[in-house]
Amino acid sequence: MPRDAPSKVLHMIPFTSFPAHHSLHIIPCRRQPAGEKNQNRQKMTLTLTPEERAMLADEAGHAPALALRIVAETARLMGAEKLIPVASAHIDGALYHGDSGTLFAERLVELGAKVAVPATLNVGGLDLACGAKTRLPPHQHDMAHRLMMAYEAMGCEPSWTCAPYQAGHRPALGSDVAWGESNAVAFCNSVLGARTNRYGDFLDIACAIAGHAPYYGLHKPENRRATFMLDCSGLSAALRGSDVLWPVIGTLYGQEAGTAVGVVTGLAGFATEDRLKAFGAAAASAGAVGLFHILGVTPEAPDMKTVTGGAENLPVIPVTPERLAKARGGLSTTQSSAIDAVAIGSPHCSAEELREVLQRLSGRKVARPFYACTGRHALLALARPERQALIDAGVTLVADTCIVVTPMLAEIAGVLATNSGKFAHYAPGNTGYAVRYASLAECVDAAVSGHLANETGAWS
Amino acid sequence: MMRAEPLFPDHKGPAEGPVLALTAPLSFWGGVDPATGRIIQVRHPQCGRSIAGTVLALPGTIGSSSSSAVLLELIRLEIAPAALLLAAPDAILLIGCVVGREMGWRPPPAFRLDEAGQARLPAGQILILADGEIRTP
Repeated sequence: MPRDAPSKVLHMIPFTSFPAHHSLHIIPCRRQPAGEKNQNRQKMTLTLTPEERAMLADEAGHAPALALRIVAETARLMGAEKLIPVASAHIDGALYHGDSGTLFAERLVELGAKVAVPATLNVGGLDLACGAKTRLPPHQHDMAHRLMMAYEAMGCEPSWTCAPYQAGHRPALGSDVAWGESNAVAFCNSVLGARTNRYGDFLDIACAIAGHAPYYGLHKPENRRATFMLDCSGLSAALRGSDVLWPVIGTLYGQEAGTAVGVVTGLAGFATEDRLKAFGAAAASAGAVGLFHILGVTPEAPDMKTVTGGAENLPVIPVTPERLAKARGGLSTTQSSAIDAVAIGSPHCSAEELREVLQRLSGRKVARPFYACTGRHALLALARPERQALIDAGVTLVADTCIVVTPMLAEIAGVLATNSGKFAHYAPGNTGYAVRYASLAECVDAAVSGHLANETGAWS
Repeated sequence: MMRAEPLFPDHKGPAEGPVLALTAPLSFWGGVDPATGRIIQVRHPQCGRSIAGTVLALPGTIGSSSSSAVLLELIRLEIAPAALLLAAPDAILLIGCVVGREMGWRPPPAFRLDEAGQARLPAGQILILADGEIRTP
C-alpha cells in the first residue's frame, strides 16, 4: 500500500470529536488523599511556557497540539513541573502489536505530523531490507507495513534497528533526548551519557513531534547517581573477559535494581561496546533499568565519589558463584541438548558480531535454522563477499525486525539456542520455543550439529 | 476504608472487577498477549491468567517500552483491565491510557496504591470510585 493511502477509520472519527480535546488537567494537581499513609511524593504543578501553551492551542497545527497534549498529560501524571526541549528521539512505536498502533500513527500522519528533531526508528514488524519471511496473516502484514510507512512519512529515519547507537545516532554527553526501546534507553543513558527516560511507545513520537519532553526522572542529574553497588571483582579474569558473562551479569543487575540506579565494579578493562550493549539489554529485560554505571568504564562513573554523588556506605551486592549460577540458570528454560533453531542479535548484531559468526563457522554450513538479526547499518558495513559467505553457510540474515517481535520461527514446540539475554527472556512467551542460553561459539556449533552440549568452559 | 490515589481517573462511574493482584512485576509487552489479555510470560507467577476486566494490581512494571502499545491494543479490543492499581506511576503504561482517550476509546482508570495497600486488597469483586475509594459490592 502506498504510504499516503488514506485510512477509512481516520475519516470516520473527526479530530474535533475527540473527548480528550478539552480534558487536559495541567493546572493544580490533586492533593494526596486522606486515609492512606502519606507517600511523601512531592506533588508538582506543571507550568508551561507561552510557546508551549501556543502549541497546545493549535497555533502550530493540530499534530503538534495533539503531540504536546500527550507530552503534557504524561508530565502531569509523572509529577513533572516543566517540559524541556529534546535534541533527538528514537522511536519504538512502529512495531505492530495490533491495529491500534497503526490507527494512531495514521491519525498523526493525517494531521500532517512531522518530527521536529532527528528521530531514528526502532524495529518494525517486517523485514523490508532482506525480505526474511514472517508468518503474519495478510491483514496483520498489511497493517504492520502501513505502520512502518506512517512513521517514515512523519520524517523519521528508516534506520529500523534496536541498536541506533551503532548506526550513527549518538547524542552528546549530558544532552536531553527522548528515546524508546529499553536496550537503547539503557545504552543511551549509560554508555553515551545522554539523558532519557524510558519512553514508552507513543510518548516517543509525541516528544519528537512536539520537540519537548517532561522534565523528571533520569533527565535530572540528581536521579542519575548510583544507590547500590554490584561487585564483580571476585570473578576470574577469564570469565570477565568472556562475552557470555555480560548478559548474565546484566540479568543479575536488572533483578537487583528494579528501577534503581547502580554501579558495577570490577569490570574495568574488560568492557567492549558490544558487551555493554548485551549487558544493558539483559538488564532492561530483567528490571525497569534505564541507567547503569560501570566503574572506570561508563562516562558518569570515573570514580566512586562522582558516581555516587559523594554518598557513602552504599549497599554492596557481591556477585558470588551461587548468584551467577542462579541468574545464568534462569536464562534457560530447558536443558535439552537437541536444538531446533539458533537466534542471535538482540540487540541487533554489529558488523563485528556478524564477522565473528563467519569466523566461527570457518567454512561449515548450519544444519538448523540460524537467524542473525541485524540492522541495515551493519549489513552495509560488511563487504559483499562477507554477506554472501553468511548466506552460503545457511545463515538467515534478518534486518529491520527480529524473531521475538514478529512471527518468523517455524511453528513448532522447539528449542532455541541464543547468546542474547534479551532473546532468552522474551522468546518463550513470544515464540513458544524453550530456550537454552549459551555463548556465540556454542550457538554456532549447535547450529552446525543440532546439539548443544552442557557446557562448562569459562564458567568453571 | 481503603483509598487509592487517582492518577488517570474516569468520571463515568466506578470501575468494577475481580481483583488480580500480581505477585511479581510484569512487562505487558512479552508478558501479555495483546489479542487475548492472557499473561504469557512463562516465568511470571500468574502466567496463564487473563487480565481482561480485572482490577489489576501491579507491584511494579519492568521491561519493554512497548508495554504502552500492548495496553492500547487491549483498550481498543475492550479486553483491558477494568482498572489499574500501580505501586508507582509508570509512564509506559499510563501513556497507553492517555493515547486510548485521545483515540476516543475507553481506557481504564489508573490509581496509585502502594504494595502494602495492594496486599490488603480483598479477594474477589471490588469497586473503585473516581476518587479512589475502594468498596466491595
